[in-house]
Amino acid sequence: MGTAMSLDEDLITTSQQVSVESKSPRELAIARFQRDRLAKWALFVIVFYLVVAIFAPLICSLLGISPYALDGKALNDFGLPKGSFGGISGAHWLGVEPGTGRDILARLIYGARISMLVGFLATLVTTAIGIIVGVVSGYKRGMVDAVIGRITDLTLAFPSLLLMIALTRPIIQRLESFGIPEGNTSRIVYIILILGVFGWVYVARIVRGQTLSLREREFVEAARASGAGTWRIVFKELMPNLWAPVIVTVTLAIPGYVATESTLSFLGLGMLPPTASWGAMLGDSVRYYRADPTYLFIPGIALIVLVLAFNVVGDAVRDALDPKGDRQNIA
Amino acid sequence: MFLFVVRRLFFAVLLLLAVSVVTYLLFSALPVDPAALTCGKNCKPDIIAANRIRLGYDKSIVEQYWLFLKGIFVGRDYGMGQAAFSCPAPSFGYSFAQHECVTTLIGRTFPVTAYLSIGAFIMWMIIGVGSGAIAALNKGKWQDRLANAFTAVGVSLPTFYVGLLVLFSVVIWLGILPFPDYVSPLEDPIKFLNAMILPWLTLAILSAASYTRLTRNGMLEAMNEDFVRLGVAKGLSRSVVLRKYVMRAAMVPIVTIAGLDFASLLGGAIITESVFSLPGMGKLAIRSVVESDLPVLVGTTLVSAVFIVLANVIVDIMYGVLDPRVRVK
Repeated sequence: MGTAMSLDEDLITTSQQVSVESKSPRELAIARFQRDRLAKWALFVIVFYLVVAIFAPLICSLLGISPYALDGKALNDFGLPKGSFGGISGAHWLGVEPGTGRDILARLIYGARISMLVGFLATLVTTAIGIIVGVVSGYKRGMVDAVIGRITDLTLAFPSLLLMIALTRPIIQRLESFGIPEGNTSRIVYIILILGVFGWVYVARIVRGQTLSLREREFVEAARASGAGTWRIVFKELMPNLWAPVIVTVTLAIPGYVATESTLSFLGLGMLPPTASWGAMLGDSVRYYRADPTYLFIPGIALIVLVLAFNVVGDAVRDALDPKGDRQNIA
Repeated sequence: MFLFVVRRLFFAVLLLLAVSVVTYLLFSALPVDPAALTCGKNCKPDIIAANRIRLGYDKSIVEQYWLFLKGIFVGRDYGMGQAAFSCPAPSFGYSFAQHECVTTLIGRTFPVTAYLSIGAFIMWMIIGVGSGAIAALNKGKWQDRLANAFTAVGVSLPTFYVGLLVLFSVVIWLGILPFPDYVSPLEDPIKFLNAMILPWLTLAILSAASYTRLTRNGMLEAMNEDFVRLGVAKGLSRSVVLRKYVMRAAMVPIVTIAGLDFASLLGGAIITESVFSLPGMGKLAIRSVVESDLPVLVGTTLVSAVFIVLANVIVDIMYGVLDPRVRVK
């Protein structure tokens, strides 16, 4: 008996030795991600944007530019940038803002701070709420799930943009009366709050669906049978399997929230001047579309590049995490 | 099936009731005095007081809500004697900024929004599903990459920016079209098309993007399904398999999203209508925000909600029609 078994094992090892090397699903996913050259570039772009946003004051002082300094000499008598392409020159690499002569590159760098801050914080809030609500709803089922489901339906029934716009002023006033500093702080808090109120639903629905199917799987049943508590099952068994869909939603949510911030700024409900945000720049540049089209494209291109980068990374992550990823299609 | 539809409709009505309560309470809590907004700057206090009583803002919030709800079904009369006027059912109240019944205002602006939504819907379905199918059939090739880039840009660029870029490039820089100036299609169809083509295009660019992605991924997923393998195995031609098996399976999620997207557009495309100055419901809603015109704000919010909730019901029913596996339950 003993010899027969070892013989079998020998056979197996020799026949498979050549190609098979055991890898965990995570290692496989990382390997698949690294094979995607475009995705690596996109990840680099995101990190670059983050670094620029974090070290904005340092970078601007190294370059000798300021987002607030008015440069009247760069403007002509009509308040428009001198020279072609929106006043691009050695002193102002991306030109100057019409009307004020502020350096666009510096404003773009500082604007990245606000836009990224809003994008990341709003995503953090919506994702955190969405995961908790989704897991609870999917795992508990019954009454809890029904109640959460009705709240979800209610949230989805509202025209969110209209409410965001209509509630801006009153809620900001309310926030300020609670002692949150006036000006941009209360505005950032409001934007994140209102995006959180409407945004959690989408994450929660995805997580709930995933949880519903996961909780019936053998490994969860095994954990339950061996006496694991609800917390252990949720955090150790369910959570690790929820990352894939969550990461994909996150990569799509961040640029989406950056865009929402810009819409509110465009409507005059976002950051207060002279603070720079990409949204405020987009909204401002629109007024000079005829005289200074260059200004119109610069914040837009900055946003498009970020959006593209996040999308590429999101797609790559999804492809990398898909166990069927290497299967060939037949049709 | 019939019972299922009835039950869904019943819950939809309950949901709408909840929406109306939340909307009414939320907007009543805004720090504006509706009565003070009924007349201009040099308004006398006694006129404000009279208007407050005439429009019912002197009553408690519960009573106000009840009158509002009743008005939707039986209409509502304001004031007494000579100054009396009424808004027939379904009444959403009276706009003191525009001095008209809210229902009249919505009725006038809705057709514009409907034309906008229908045209945009047709355009984005053709562009979105078409490019998604091309991308799926050429997975990994340049067509796929191009469609992917288009999706990425379209999905997350702000509407106002895309709208203005379209407007500037076509109208001002290229000068192909005149500045959009809305007229009813019944009056002057050519002028109507001239005014609508750019807003349609804008919404199509923005929305088609997610349909490209959905169609592509849906088709690729369907191609891995066993029933498609079966179709191939039993010798059906490639085009039949693609059309009847792959496309049909891929359409299920698309129908869901399309229904909801279309419904939320019908509730007013705020940004697009503002950019292209179309006198639709979105423009009406944004004007009511600027003027703190609460009845209009409540009315437009509720009408939007009705579309979204109804679309949800229709989508649920369509599920059963499209996917036989759902019907069995």
